[in-house]
Amino acid sequence: MEVPISTAELLTTDGVPLKQSLKKAERKNKIRAFLLVFPLLLFIIVTFVMPIGDMLLRSVDDTQINTVFPNTFAEFKKWDKEKDELPPEEVYKALFEELAYGDKIQVGRALTRMNYSKSGWKSLIKNTSRAIKKAVKKNEFPDSYKDFLITANDKWADPTFWYAMGQMVNNQTPIYYYNAIDMTYDQDQNVIRQEENRRVYVQTWIKTLKVSVYVTFFCLVLGFPVAHLLANLPLRYSNLLMIFVLLPFWTSLLVRTTAWIVMLQQQGVINGILVWLGILNDDGRLSMVYNETGTLIAMTQILLPFMILPLYSVMRVIPKSHMRAAQNLGAKPATAFWKVYLPQTIPGMSAGGLLVFVLAIGYFITPELVGGKDGKLIGSWIAYHLKTTLNWGLCAALGAILLGVMLVFYWLYNKIVGIDNIKLG
Amino acid sequence: MNSVKEKTFVKFEKIDKSYDGEVLVVKNLNLDIAKGEFVTMLGPSGSGKTTTLMMLAGFETPTNGEIYLDGMPISKIPPYEREIGMVFQNYALFPHMTVQENLAFPLEVRKMSKAETKEKVQKALDMVELGEFGTRFPAQLSGGQQQRVALARALVFEPRLVLMDEPLGALDKNLREQMQYEIKHIHDRIGITVVYVTHDQSEALTMSNRIAVFNDGLVQQLSTPDILYEKPENSFVAQFIGENNRMTGTIKSMENNYCSVELENGAGTVKALKVNVGEVGEKTQLSVRPERVSLGSEGNGENVFTGKVEELIYLGDHIRVRLDVCGNNEFIVKVPNEGSFDYNEGDSIKLNWNPNDIRALDLPN
Repeated sequence: MEVPISTAELLTTDGVPLKQSLKKAERKNKIRAFLLVFPLLLFIIVTFVMPIGDMLLRSVDDTQINTVFPNTFAEFKKWDKEKDELPPEEVYKALFEELAYGDKIQVGRALTRMNYSKSGWKSLIKNTSRAIKKAVKKNEFPDSYKDFLITANDKWADPTFWYAMGQMVNNQTPIYYYNAIDMTYDQDQNVIRQEENRRVYVQTWIKTLKVSVYVTFFCLVLGFPVAHLLANLPLRYSNLLMIFVLLPFWTSLLVRTTAWIVMLQQQGVINGILVWLGILNDDGRLSMVYNETGTLIAMTQILLPFMILPLYSVMRVIPKSHMRAAQNLGAKPATAFWKVYLPQTIPGMSAGGLLVFVLAIGYFITPELVGGKDGKLIGSWIAYHLKTTLNWGLCAALGAILLGVMLVFYWLYNKIVGIDNIKLG
Repeated sequence: MNSVKEKTFVKFEKIDKSYDGEVLVVKNLNLDIAKGEFVTMLGPSGSGKTTTLMMLAGFETPTNGEIYLDGMPISKIPPYEREIGMVFQNYALFPHMTVQENLAFPLEVRKMSKAETKEKVQKALDMVELGEFGTRFPAQLSGGQQQRVALARALVFEPRLVLMDEPLGALDKNLREQMQYEIKHIHDRIGITVVYVTHDQSEALTMSNRIAVFNDGLVQQLSTPDILYEKPENSFVAQFIGENNRMTGTIKSMENNYCSVELENGAGTVKALKVNVGEVGEKTQLSVRPERVSLGSEGNGENVFTGKVEELIYLGDHIRVRLDVCGNNEFIVKVPNEGSFDYNEGDSIKLNWNPNDIRALDLPN
């Protein structure tokens, strides 16, 4: 049989181009494969990609206030701002009208936002609003809106409020990011550090990183020998040990955390034993909980399995003959371990390390419960703003920075170790 | 072959080994190995051969007895000071090091200078014909190449002795045969003492100066390959090495080196070489190699029997004939293909063998 051979494209026996025929034959499989992953894809988009996208948008979003004061801001932008001067009549007029006819709930929400850029906005607007509503009810419209407002509240003659308004006229704002690193605007729109008694985030960031690094380090130091034992003990014993490693997974996180409180507190088990043994005297009890120490101890214990399991899965497949071969070639056991065994566990160490670090940096419940005042991590602040102050913009900015820090570490890791070196099992 | 037997280099003296205190894996092992000799420990799995090797390497301690290397007891010397090279079953190449780094490892731990290390590594690589592959990682090499790297690594630091633990087990048949010759040639060239462990009898026969056949923790026979094949001392060795036809019977009489054995089922009486038998009246197992049986009734008129052809297998250079002889229908005869063979299945056929070729051995347990 003659098979046509062309340099341009290959044909099947029936004369259909080979590529086309292949595509047709593969199409069914491709569709089936796609349908199989589709639910997962949808799930990831809805529960992961979209919330993160929303968070990133929200961290810079300032549109809400723009919908409440569109005309005021439009007039404000036209104003040729000069130092220590008040805006022209048009700005006052637009503000008067928007406060008079604006939706009460929307205005209320906007006030919260306004207070982030300068405290005092809330009471000022509320005051003024009342005066305006009264005037409108009586149908008394002033000749000069500027004078009316200044009479209603003399803060309208204070230029700093108008400078603060300048921070809000755009639909996007970096203010939440500045706030998340203890920065703010001064009255001249310069970015400056917060007043000293309001600086909380930078030190919390540093503490979060520090605790995460320590926890990762302690997990590695404590987990390595355990994983090694797990991988090398006879099956009977290693199964038992594995149950001990996994047991915490089957216990509620809250139970474990509160158990640590019981163990560590001043009248707790450990202090009790130390006093009973006479190592400590009764008024020298150690404070091991409600501070950074407590956070470190509890988090290390809780995250330890995440280090042990990847390490174990890597160590399990390192043939025992490697250590023997190294010794046979003349290396002392310590050298053999250092030169032959340890390098082969790097994929496990990095997988475990990255896993523990990622979990630790965003940890919330444990530091919240055992951390006391100085053991709190950034997660606690995010929760605080999410639930208590409802400052979601700041939450989103803190979250976005957290994500950024993670990506930086991931990038560094990839540079140093190589991401294809990671091995979870 | 005989010239190297002058001096004992490795000596196992009354070695017993037990892991659990209940079962002896190695029983009263006494074995002398001369310098430059290639000795193979051959046996089925669980026979104690690998344990013996591990004791020599220092990874297991003898429960009783002492091993001497060059006249010195070595039980107290840790493995890393024994200067014994070893090729492991799955090569045990370090996957995170290149071939060069693998080879340099034993030299670096000996604090050898960089230049000398480099030179020796290259020499070792050239020896196994892998001079170009130094910068590759083990995973980038084929099985045969990995095997050669493992061999080079075991030799590069010029050990006193090289141990090999089933080094060719993971290779396919052709490569295995090729590597057998290669290892043999390297041994001939550098004259190092080799202790080799395998369960493959043809491998053992190909490579060794002497073979120790292990079974059940005991050395069954220790001899050169030809003696082992032609003069097995017991039924295990006869059966484990090469092919043999077995028949059991009772000893009727003995004279000089021969005995006359009455086969079971009244199939006749065979005159056989008296090798490993008890008294008259006791049972024995007879063993004769398929190639030592000839067709026809010629010969000296002894041990002539009639058999029925059950199966013919054409193998090119010879024809494998399965016969029903003396009540044994698994009796194999190898007939050289000289072009004159014309029997068919079902034919009756006369066959005979020399009494010197059939050996009366112990009964297998």
